[in-house]
Amino acid sequence: MTEVRRAGPRELAVMFGSFFKIGAFTIGGGYAMLPLIEREFVEVRGWVTDEEIVDVFAIAQSLPGVIAINTSIFIGYRVAGVVGALTAAAGMILPSFFSILAIAALLVNVRDNLWVQKAFAGVRAGVTAMILLAGIKLGKAILRNPPAWVIAGLSFLALVGFGLHVIPIILSGGLAGLIIQAIGRARRA
Amino acid sequence: MIHLELAWTFFTIGLFSFGGGYAMVPLMEREIAAHGWLAAREFADIVAISQMTPGPIAVNAATYIGFRVAGVAGSAAATLGVFLPSLILVLLVARFLRKFKESRGVEGVLSGIRPATVGLIASAVVFFSGMSIIGPAAAGTGFGTTGDAAGSAALAGSAEGFFRLDPGWVLGLGSWEVRLSALLIFLVVLVGTRRFGLKPIPAVILSAALGLALP
Repeated sequence: MTEVRRAGPRELAVMFGSFFKIGAFTIGGGYAMLPLIEREFVEVRGWVTDEEIVDVFAIAQSLPGVIAINTSIFIGYRVAGVVGALTAAAGMILPSFFSILAIAALLVNVRDNLWVQKAFAGVRAGVTAMILLAGIKLGKAILRNPPAWVIAGLSFLALVGFGLHVIPIILSGGLAGLIIQAIGRARRA
Repeated sequence: MIHLELAWTFFTIGLFSFGGGYAMVPLMEREIAAHGWLAAREFADIVAISQMTPGPIAVNAATYIGFRVAGVAGSAAATLGVFLPSLILVLLVARFLRKFKESRGVEGVLSGIRPATVGLIASAVVFFSGMSIIGPAAAGTGFGTTGDAAGSAALAGSAEGFFRLDPGWVLGLGSWEVRLSALLIFLVVLVGTRRFGLKPIPAVILSAALGLALP
């Protein structure tokens, strides 16, 4: 059971502001936010300890969903219960919500412009490289034994080669993990 | 009704997404295509925009898609949908923290899901390549700029032999074509990031500038 602190309206407002600031000024996805969250809540505010933050990050990344949102909900809950969780998540989500609304409204009018299309065609090519690099980095960390390679390879083949949906692939991956773990334990026993 | 559909779809996306924003790309792409909400290229563009805007990729995508499908209320529905699984699961786990941390079952399931997400990201690379670098020849539809339509038509007219090169730097290879300018941008970002520590935002700006400058 996670210990929940009691926080007043002032602390809630401060927490909202902290997450809003992190949400508004971290560009390029959730992973980039984690060091900022650590500094704000461990070093500056002291609301979460060093050990707790390690747990929070580990669990936020092992649960499904958006990692930055998982993290904010966890810290918010830790600081002020369910109200804290909602406050923290709102602070995290609202900056991107409003900036994307503005961009979407703007983009609808200029999307068909040839120069906008050319710029986007360039960015899509650049982002292809960025995703490849992120995938290589993640692969190096995760694909450390033959079964992991097999699962990754089969998932890729099922998606790209056979057009399977993602959800059965994720469920099969989880099941395969359980089976491999059981086999490993049986062998050791 | 459409709001409920948006919320429910993004709820399932949130519930079955492991491993961060890029790993969510294939699932979002499938669901968007299944509902006919957005052209694949526009979805690719919003993921690209997310490299330069604040916030997590999945929240940005939910907000944008919701807006395009059903206005501001649609964005709110989609964003709430992608957020709800996190709220439910994190609150549950926070209550049973120790059990969750020490559960062998959880560890086993995750040891299988993690490598699967690497496969998902690899397929996101294939999806993005198809939106920029490589595509079926003479389609003029699936990828590239609007300028492609004319280029591809010219290409189709002179489509003789296996290798064909048109003035717009499109190389035909049998029934496929490769946009050489996109391939060049891909390589510049790849090498720039690995060798020279190019950061994401400069990389996006450089890609856009090269996209404008190259044919």
